[in-house]
Amino acid sequence: MEDLLRRYGMGLSLTFVGLTAFWLLVLVILPDFKLLESSFRPYLPVLEVGGPKDVYSLNNYRQIFGNTVDFGNFGLHFMIGARVKVFVLTIVYSAFVAFVTFVLAYPLAYYLAKVVSPRSVPTLFLLLFVPLWVSEVLRSFAWYIILTLKGPLNMLLMSLGVISKEIRWIEGYSPVVITLVYTYVLFMVFPLYNAMQSLDSNQIEAAEDLGAPWWRIHWRVILPHAKPGIASGAVMVFMLSAGSLLVPAILGSTTGNWFTQTIQGIMLEGQDWNTGAAFAFMLLIVCTLAVSVAMWIFRVKLSDIAK
Amino acid sequence: MSAGVELDNVCCDFGTFRAVDHVNVNIQPGEFFSFLGPSGCGKTTILRMISGFTEPTEGAVRIGGKDMKGQRPNQRPTALIFQNLALFPLMPIWENIAFGLEVRGVDKAKRRARAEELLALVDLPNAADKMVSQLSGGQKQRVAIARALAVEPSVMLLDEPLSALDLKLRQHMRAELRAIQKRTGVTFIYITHDQGEALAMSDRVGVMSQGRLQQVAGPRDIYNNPVNGFVASFVGENNILPGSISARADGLAGFESAAGTFRARIADGVTAGKLYVRPEHTMLQALPGAENSVPVTLTEVAFEGNFVSVHAVTDKGVGMVAQLRNDVLTAVPETGAQMFMAFDARNALILPDSTNAGA
Repeated sequence: MEDLLRRYGMGLSLTFVGLTAFWLLVLVILPDFKLLESSFRPYLPVLEVGGPKDVYSLNNYRQIFGNTVDFGNFGLHFMIGARVKVFVLTIVYSAFVAFVTFVLAYPLAYYLAKVVSPRSVPTLFLLLFVPLWVSEVLRSFAWYIILTLKGPLNMLLMSLGVISKEIRWIEGYSPVVITLVYTYVLFMVFPLYNAMQSLDSNQIEAAEDLGAPWWRIHWRVILPHAKPGIASGAVMVFMLSAGSLLVPAILGSTTGNWFTQTIQGIMLEGQDWNTGAAFAFMLLIVCTLAVSVAMWIFRVKLSDIAK
Repeated sequence: MSAGVELDNVCCDFGTFRAVDHVNVNIQPGEFFSFLGPSGCGKTTILRMISGFTEPTEGAVRIGGKDMKGQRPNQRPTALIFQNLALFPLMPIWENIAFGLEVRGVDKAKRRARAEELLALVDLPNAADKMVSQLSGGQKQRVAIARALAVEPSVMLLDEPLSALDLKLRQHMRAELRAIQKRTGVTFIYITHDQGEALAMSDRVGVMSQGRLQQVAGPRDIYNNPVNGFVASFVGENNILPGSISARADGLAGFESAAGTFRARIADGVTAGKLYVRPEHTMLQALPGAENSVPVTLTEVAFEGNFVSVHAVTDKGVGMVAQLRNDVLTAVPETGAQMFMAFDARNALILPDSTNAGA
């Protein structure tokens, strides 16, 4: 703080601090707090808000288990437990997305950090970044086109003779998982790359010199060293995937619903912000719990991730 | 279990740069051999070729008579101790040491027992369960040695492993390394730029410069009978006088230089060169001697504890240094005094700047 004052003077320093505080308090904390508060209140006609029926309860949260709410529009007729199923599948598939991105990103990050000459790393990074210049919406639609029944992927596989009949890709959760993996893989690559880059190459050579085959070098030396990077990437990909709305909205099917879509349905189509907020907080809490448990299992500390 | 290492006309190129240039040397089983040279002379490249991380561009590396071409580091009977040791910070000490055994599928109890044994050998008991970060520099050093010994290598390769230690510890570890080498009988190949280390520990020393092996000999021969100017000036200090060779007889030759006429040892076949005489062989005298005596003016007298370093300049402007033993019985000369620097002809050498001595 003193440093800031000395460097920029009183006026600029106050502006910095003030703007940051405004952003944090008014744009982040306050709306979240308002949502949290309203998640405990019933959804009432405007005239009854603040009336005798407007009391705090956990009823909104309980609705995830029930089928009492039926919006009747957009074909959303929930059966008992249907939301719980979507909720659980969202968590499970998000974890799966994180796992797949790890499997894809590990060799890539290793290649970038330890194999390729440092001079070509900026070029390779640029190549990785280029797809990000295109909007996520367009990229999701591109995957929709790629995965359609008579689309390029099936054409390619058929012409290569890998399959003899088109595969119906856009069904269930596979298109969502594929596109989420594609969208968020870089969030895994970069923390992994950073972690691996900080590994002294001599350790890899020492392990090899002591007779270790490549897989044991990875298992005993590189993987343990990269653990904080893996954790950081996995948390990021998992959270982003679980919270993604765009990708499932474009690539989801009736058999592949994401919980964010449920929340959106309740909030926008149903105009029930109270229940929507309750569901959103449930997703947040369960995701945070899942991350905490995973970190405990893999013995990663929060400070490791922040590195 | 130790094996000899033979470098047969070995070259190594990095692009257009020749890092190692036709090196021939035959290291005996059980020998303590040092490659000594300034940084960038190719000594580390030699080590990496022996350990298998780098393949020679030309020539062959043979360990125990077997050509190592195409053998990866994990297939060679060598163990390398890295300059920064490269211990595994996420494993406890005993797992570090037993890593090579783990790779070989030794079961856990045996690994642990062997690690304890090796820790005793390197004089570091009770450290098995500590982490690398809990050890001091010297202790890490010992762990690195134990880890390398665990795989029972035929050849140990050491890449300046003492350079990170402070002076006292370095001297202690020198003796320790030498003792471990004697105890285990393993061939040690040691890389260093520190002549003191190389001379004190080695059976033989190979002095390198610009990718070439300049001289291979025992420590005494390297110091007392260097083959060329590079070896003479890299290993120890020298007063160097330029000039020309005149009449020679009985291994001695006359030498005409701007500072005067001298006599010094000369090897057969040397036709041009400079005169080299070590500061500790240079005497400071009040009166001129019979030969090899130069009038000088003292420019600086530096007291360095065990010796006094006297810098002087001849009337022709050539700088010279004499190292005198510190002795309370003799007076330390004063700066500005007019004196004579003298040396015995057998302690001076006429050497060419460079030789193409390969082996």
